[in-house]
Amino acid sequence: MIHYFFLALLSFGVAMKKYVLKRVITAIFTLLAITLILFILMQLMPGSPFNDEKLNESQRAALYAKYGLDKPIVIQFFHYVINMFKGDLGVSYKISKNTPITQLIASRLPISIGVGFAAVSIGALIGLLLGLLAAFKRDTVWDTLATVISVIGVSVPSYVFALALSYQFGFKLDWFPMLFSAKDVLGSSVLPSVSLSMFTMASIARFTRAEMIEVLGSDYMLLAESKGLSGNKIVFAHALRNALIPIITVLAPLVVDLMTGSLVVEKIFSIPGVGSLLVNAIQSNDYNVVIALSFIYSAMYIGIMLVVDILYGVIDPRIRVAKEGD
Amino acid sequence: MMEVRVYSAEELQRVGIENEADVITRPVISYWKGAILRFKKNHIAMFAFGLFVLFLFFTLFGPALSGENYTEIDAANRNIGPNGSFWFGTDQLGRDLFSRIWIGARLSVIVALVCSGIQIVFGSIYGGIMAYFGGKVDAVMMRIIEVVNSFPSLLVTLLIMMVVGKNVIGLLIAMSITSWVGTARIVRGQIMLLRESEYVKASQLLGGGAARIIKKHLLPNTISLLILDLCSSIPDYIFTEASLSFLGMGLGGDIISLGVLISDGKTKMQFYPWQMIFPAVVLVVAVLAFNLIGDGLRDALDPKTVN
Repeated sequence: MIHYFFLALLSFGVAMKKYVLKRVITAIFTLLAITLILFILMQLMPGSPFNDEKLNESQRAALYAKYGLDKPIVIQFFHYVINMFKGDLGVSYKISKNTPITQLIASRLPISIGVGFAAVSIGALIGLLLGLLAAFKRDTVWDTLATVISVIGVSVPSYVFALALSYQFGFKLDWFPMLFSAKDVLGSSVLPSVSLSMFTMASIARFTRAEMIEVLGSDYMLLAESKGLSGNKIVFAHALRNALIPIITVLAPLVVDLMTGSLVVEKIFSIPGVGSLLVNAIQSNDYNVVIALSFIYSAMYIGIMLVVDILYGVIDPRIRVAKEGD
Repeated sequence: MMEVRVYSAEELQRVGIENEADVITRPVISYWKGAILRFKKNHIAMFAFGLFVLFLFFTLFGPALSGENYTEIDAANRNIGPNGSFWFGTDQLGRDLFSRIWIGARLSVIVALVCSGIQIVFGSIYGGIMAYFGGKVDAVMMRIIEVVNSFPSLLVTLLIMMVVGKNVIGLLIAMSITSWVGTARIVRGQIMLLRESEYVKASQLLGGGAARIIKKHLLPNTISLLILDLCSSIPDYIFTEASLSFLGMGLGGDIISLGVLISDGKTKMQFYPWQMIFPAVVLVVAVLAFNLIGDGLRDALDPKTVN
């Protein structure tokens, strides 16, 4: 008996390691492919980062030489990839001349992550509660209320929420500042975080409700009930655990939506985050900053997807086995 | 695929109904008729459908109804509130907001429809090829999907807009370039599932040819998924277009869409809030209607929800 158990554990470990390794290698290749695509896109961009009319031909050529833009594209690309792996994202050409991009991002990333993290936490928590409420009190007023809130949540863009909140609670009632300020980070983050969290909240609520209703109607719930388990025990030991696993998968794309949603919300509340930097960089043709930020966004996206995939494989053995079979 | 023995017509003969209890007395309702019946019974979906019809009506006839020109600059009537002649008020140049909103909504809807069309057609072809060839072709095409899927989509759209330029064609290309991935996956998965399903095999055993199987089984079972895909992608496109225009990276110049109007209204939100509220409400109502219709269709198109 014990012998079999150890055998299972051993094979589990090997299969799991293989699975993780495979996923990590895929992720690295995907990131390389993305860097290449980003690089090609940048070559196609109209305009030059140095389109000041006062520059004459030789000055422009000197600038190109200084930043290595005169070299063949292939060399530029390899140069870029190698530097990136060393953690050097290059320098900004325009927004803040000659400042290393890592330095530009370093001060902005924590602000964006802070607001984003608050938004995910608020959204996931409230969404989960709403979804559970709707599922347990199915076909009652509570269910309708939760459904209405979640449908509105997915139908109103985050910047409309942001504008409405900033008008009502910032301008009219003056409860919270309308613009972000470094002196009052907590107070001035409330409105942006709440407006960003609405979509997450609504999506999670919808998904939780559907998932929970399916679990509640399943055969193993009937079995648990007929074994004489108490209501609370059934909910916590069987229903919640099985309903929550799939929610991890929707959380990952939602986090990514947040990153892009932050572009708009950061603009409205003038938050000095990564999103507003990207918008500025795009508008002023600062190629290096655009590539660097797109790379960081994609890397974060791939990283989150990787973690979710592996987590999912750990939690649900069926997934791992199915993917092995590919 | 397995070797199939096809029975001839002589071998397959209908045996009479001997027992009265086996007679089907209810009228036979086809899949689509059943779906329409189920949809009609859903009050929320019907309400959303009503909103949608209203939205469509105003998008088509709104500018004509108000009788005001949406580009005419009127210095005497700047920033006035909603009244009898300007139903939604005017903007900072005295242009009628009611007409402008419906002209803008027209563009938003056209963009969303064209992009959804591209997505469905391209995605179906791509997914169909994957499922048909399978093997190495499928594996390579799947890797491409994974790479495309690893881009945050709004970012790609922004980058493409930078390359192609701020015009309607650029916007269509930028928004369609990554969106087909989901559709391709749905179509691939569904066709692979159907090909292995027992009723398709049964149909082959009973002598159903490729044309019959495609017409009777593959198409109906895929079309309902595509309709749902369409219903969720239209509001997405309306959303994305509005976000891009709001960021000042969507359509530029004299072209107006709902996003452009909300963005314009935002600058004077504190003094003339209706200039932002009206276009925002129209946008939200349209997206809400599409989402609710999508929910209703999801239930209606699933023959298992019988009531």
